[in-house]
Amino acid sequence: MSARFIALLLLLVLQAADLSAQGFAGLGQTTDGHALPDPATRFEYPADHGAHPDFRIEWWYVTANLTDADGRDYGIQWTLFRSALAPGGAPEDQAWMAHAAVSAPDGHRAAERFARGGSGQAGVTASPFEAFIDEWQMAGPSLTDIRVTAQGTDFQYDLALAAGGPFIAQGQNGFSVKSEAGQASHYYSQPFYSVTGTLTFPTGTVEVTGRAWLDREWSSQPLTEDQTGWDWVSLHFEDGDKLMGYRMRNEDGSAYTVGTWIGADGTATPLEPGDLVMTAAGISNVAGRTVPTAWDIALPARQLSIKARAIYPDSWMNLSVSYWEGPVRVTGSHSGTGYLEMSGY
Amino acid sequence: MTGAILTALMSHWFRRPFQMATLILGLALATALWSGVQAINAEARKSYGEAADALTGGGLSDLVDPSGPIPHETFIRLRRAGWLVSPVIDGWIAADRGRVRLLGVDPFTAPRNTAIGADRFEGETDIGTALIVNPATARRLTGADRPLVVDSAVAPGLALADLTVAREILGDTGYSRLILLPDQPLVRPPLNEIAPELAIEAPETAGDLARLTDSFHLNLTAFGLLSFAVGLFIVNGAVGLAFEQRRPVFRTLRALGVTSRRLVVILMLELLAFAAVAGALGIVLGYLIASALLPDVAATLRGLYGATVEGALTLSPAWWLSGLAIAAAGTGLAALGGLVQVARMPPLAPARPRAWAMVSRGTMRWQLGLACAFALTALMALGIGGGLTGGFILLGSLLMAAALALPAALSGLLHLVSRFGQGPIADWFWADTRQQLPGLSLALMALLLALAANIGVGTMVASFRDTFTGWLDQRLVSDLYVTTEDEAESSLLQGFLASRSDAVLPIWHTEGEVRGAPAEIYGVADHPVYAENWPLLAGTPDVWARIATGEGALVNEQLARRENLGPGDRLDMPGGWQAEVLGVYSDYGNPLGQVVVPLEVLVARYPNADRDDFGILAADPEGLRTALIEEFGLPESRITLQTALKAVSLQVFERTFAVTGALNILTLSVAGLAILTSLLTLSAMRLPQLAPVWALGVTRRQLARIELIRALVLAALTFLLALPVGLGLAWVLLAVINVEAFGWRLPMSIFPRDWAWLGFASLTAAGLAGLWPARQLANRPPAELVRVFSHER
Amino acid sequence: MLLCVETLEKHFPGTAAPVLDGVSMSLEAGEVVALTGESGSGKSTLLHIVAGLEPADGGSVRIEGAELAGMDDAGRARLRRTSIGIVFQQFNLIPSLTVAQNLAFQARLAERTEGLDLPRLAAALGLTDHLAKYPEELSGGQQQRVAIGRAIAPRPRLLMADEPTGNLDESTGKAVFDLLLGQARETGAGLLIVTHSERLAAAADRRLHLSRGKIAT
Repeated sequence: MSARFIALLLLLVLQAADLSAQGFAGLGQTTDGHALPDPATRFEYPADHGAHPDFRIEWWYVTANLTDADGRDYGIQWTLFRSALAPGGAPEDQAWMAHAAVSAPDGHRAAERFARGGSGQAGVTASPFEAFIDEWQMAGPSLTDIRVTAQGTDFQYDLALAAGGPFIAQGQNGFSVKSEAGQASHYYSQPFYSVTGTLTFPTGTVEVTGRAWLDREWSSQPLTEDQTGWDWVSLHFEDGDKLMGYRMRNEDGSAYTVGTWIGADGTATPLEPGDLVMTAAGISNVAGRTVPTAWDIALPARQLSIKARAIYPDSWMNLSVSYWEGPVRVTGSHSGTGYLEMSGY
Repeated sequence: MTGAILTALMSHWFRRPFQMATLILGLALATALWSGVQAINAEARKSYGEAADALTGGGLSDLVDPSGPIPHETFIRLRRAGWLVSPVIDGWIAADRGRVRLLGVDPFTAPRNTAIGADRFEGETDIGTALIVNPATARRLTGADRPLVVDSAVAPGLALADLTVAREILGDTGYSRLILLPDQPLVRPPLNEIAPELAIEAPETAGDLARLTDSFHLNLTAFGLLSFAVGLFIVNGAVGLAFEQRRPVFRTLRALGVTSRRLVVILMLELLAFAAVAGALGIVLGYLIASALLPDVAATLRGLYGATVEGALTLSPAWWLSGLAIAAAGTGLAALGGLVQVARMPPLAPARPRAWAMVSRGTMRWQLGLACAFALTALMALGIGGGLTGGFILLGSLLMAAALALPAALSGLLHLVSRFGQGPIADWFWADTRQQLPGLSLALMALLLALAANIGVGTMVASFRDTFTGWLDQRLVSDLYVTTEDEAESSLLQGFLASRSDAVLPIWHTEGEVRGAPAEIYGVADHPVYAENWPLLAGTPDVWARIATGEGALVNEQLARRENLGPGDRLDMPGGWQAEVLGVYSDYGNPLGQVVVPLEVLVARYPNADRDDFGILAADPEGLRTALIEEFGLPESRITLQTALKAVSLQVFERTFAVTGALNILTLSVAGLAILTSLLTLSAMRLPQLAPVWALGVTRRQLARIELIRALVLAALTFLLALPVGLGLAWVLLAVINVEAFGWRLPMSIFPRDWAWLGFASLTAAGLAGLWPARQLANRPPAELVRVFSHER
Repeated sequence: MLLCVETLEKHFPGTAAPVLDGVSMSLEAGEVVALTGESGSGKSTLLHIVAGLEPADGGSVRIEGAELAGMDDAGRARLRRTSIGIVFQQFNLIPSLTVAQNLAFQARLAERTEGLDLPRLAAALGLTDHLAKYPEELSGGQQQRVAIGRAIAPRPRLLMADEPTGNLDESTGKAVFDLLLGQARETGAGLLIVTHSERLAAAADRRLHLSRGKIAT
């Protein structure tokens, strides 16, 4: 899930920068004394489920494709971002931000929270696992068995997630490269969650089931100066295989596209730049912006040629940091569901 | 059965559509004026709330612990339960010339898009450790050991900082309060399960503006009430007439076995129906009135208080309902007397119309007693004082006393005047006029109130205008006002102007705390133009000479009144020195206290004072303005011509009182209508009194002329009595209400020409109102008059 | 001839039969004539026309030789002020004036106050104790006595009364009638009195009976 650099935006929100003027290019900064990702690092669970405050940014990111008894589609998002305002890893130098959203037939709902590090208002512990901000929580005995809750003024959800497969290290053993210049992050996922739970709206409660995907990522210098945004997908195919892919867009119109093929048995195969082809196939106007909510994706090496279409094209996260994030339906050589995230539009 | 009775009763109205129209019109007018004023008030108040929300974190409720600060753990417990609250640390820090309020906030949790939200903390690298202040406050904090970030949007005398900064300065004692964010999540446990010791406190910030504008709204409300009362006189007249005319019907119905209770209930139903129709009509009219007046009100509030009010109306269902309710209540009030009579009427009461308006002299005594009570209340309110409320009690009591004393006063006046009349017709005229007083007294009271309000408010506005224009002429001594960018530009400007102008008068100022409240301190140059042009309310004889030698200070009226200062008093100035008060000057429109000291003193005592403003005396201000723009390169926006400044000020002033003028005219028209309906009511009842005079040899035309003269005489006498009441009202407004509301007292000027116009208007209104019944009388067939004596043919 | 009425006619709109159908009558100074008749026979109308309160549709009314039909509203009003005293069944008095003022009112209107002795008049009417009162404070009989006093105060040549005792009980009515009769005789005025009462009519010098708009002889 190497394309998610939103956490750094927390710095922008809290410290400086006019987002619209600088654009996402503002993310391209030097590390200023923060730790640098190291290809030699190997993940240690459950310790690495906790925070890595030496790094500038980090996130715990859950998306889920859900359906109710009548077959209606829903999508939910739960994200906790950590951002170090200064190097050294002191708790009071951390800033926390969280986003939660529900995509539903009658509209997209989103909420955000902020917290000062060290205040007790937000934090993460590795074992037993708990990540929280205010009353929003992702907690359980371990990260393979967690309860995820969040709410806004017009929605609330309470979901139980149980993993039926291993954690997947993305990139080269978890070292995920973001550009030809070599910017990288540490990145692993848990794509094998099955979900049961409830979504609550002012009008009532809905029982839902489905599949969820967790991304864990931390870094200090994720974007190059000329990268303007990204398009990212995580897909669950019906045969149990999964695909993660992203496309880092450059100012000159070119893109750096990589990903990981995840077999139903939990084996992960990193894709080389150029293996995966993502082509915008249709646009939607949402929140005053033009966003490509339809994508054609091809992976010739695996005879994959699919159409990924937003189920609810209005899934714009209209928050302090805004972007598009919502569920997609996949048809073509493979079928299934998944999540699409697009920033910098 | 009820239907049959209702038909019998209602048939009356359909046979007399004019009477029905009068009833509905009166009620609709009363409702319209009342609900229109309410709509304006509600709209303005709503706008204040919105303004406060946008300006500060205010408009939001707080959680407070009455017993002390709130520990951090409580804050966390609330957040983790889903209560979106944001902590605030409130305190003071020492500053040059007093202290500055320090507000420690948490940008992480503070409501977005407010003055204390995260956006305020963007931009500067050291903002997390800095104090954010406006330029004036920054100059007072130069000694602080903290970085200052200057932001002119921060309120004066306030330093904004991150919580951690505030905690370092003030110590870690917990939070002063927790702001309760406006949007809370879907599911939350009740507060008493998480922090039972905390209480929710309603927002206070909107209150400041509300307090400032309170008197304006009270004025409007008083007007609305007055108009409503005047409208009720009309309703009372119409209902009274209808009851009187239907006495035979009532008697017949009672004789046919209808109980008095049922009759009363049915009459109430009938009235309720009228109230509903008239109320609905009145609400629509009220909406129109409010829509027409709101732009002026908005302009007034903007001009006077800087409050922004939307120019469009949005009305709540509560407003519509309250309009209907007030219409129903008003009808009930106006019809109460009639209903009581019907309830008490014996079944075989005489069917002929009894002149029930001819109430006994006892009523007049009773009214006079009540008037004395109100007069005493007014005297007490005047003696004890007690703020704006006391002022309005004084005002209300004065008006009530005047209205209630009117019949007795008129009776006395008539008695006096009647001595000059000779002859039987004159005798009869005065005697009959006096006897008619009780029946007309309600309408005449309405006229008195309308006239008094007109005279009072008119005198206030005119006095204010007089004073204000005079004050503008005198205070705006310079021909041109200029603001420079910085001191370098100031010295350049002074050099540039040296040969081109008659004088350059620095208007330098700073702010500070005087007697515990924020005040402005101005320095003035030693120039004869001040002594020549600046009128003082009070001063030592040699005030300007002593100012020139740097001996003392002038204070504005607001400060003088608040602190009870007068010439000779010594005033502690910020920076630890004392100034002798040499004089007091008027300073209309300024909410703050102000002290004027010699320029040299200002510069010596307050080296950081603003030195950007200058007044310039010049023979050709227009030419100099052009030179400043084209040759010196000063932006147009920083040069103001005195004439333009005056014009704008006067325009604001005129718009301020446009509403008052409109309401004045409306109220007077309603009073005129009240007289008309009362006269019409009486004219129907008065036939038995006029017929004998006619039978004795006075023609109908003569009688009609006499009736018209009677209306004019009563209006004229009422006008005469309204003059002292109106002047009293003006005095209360100028010397009591204004002092309480704004802190300045206005000298009262008298405008007899306005009175002449008003007297003419009221005589015209009474004449027009009297003309109709008079014409009716002149053309009344003799048979109708004869019928009074016998129903036989 | 004090009063001369000839072939007087009066119609009311909406009624077929005339109220007065060629009525002729006369009255001498000092004479007392009672006018009787059924309800609706036109008695009051005749009296009203004679007093100039209502216009006639035809015929002539002459008072001391002056023809009423030739007068305008003001002329008729002057006639009522100066030559006629009239007493009605009710509402005779001006409620805003005292008894004394009421008594003197018509005399002052007619400018015939010289020789008016109010205390004597009041004494004759039995009203000495009531002069300062207002009409509403008097009984019905007292009110009618004031009305009579007011009517005779200017010493009119022609006195007229329309059911002056109609609202009074019998003994009070009798007293009021006697007073009226006595005053008429004392001043030498002609008196035309409309009444229902046979007993009162019997005291008159002459009786005229009005039936269906005609004088029955």
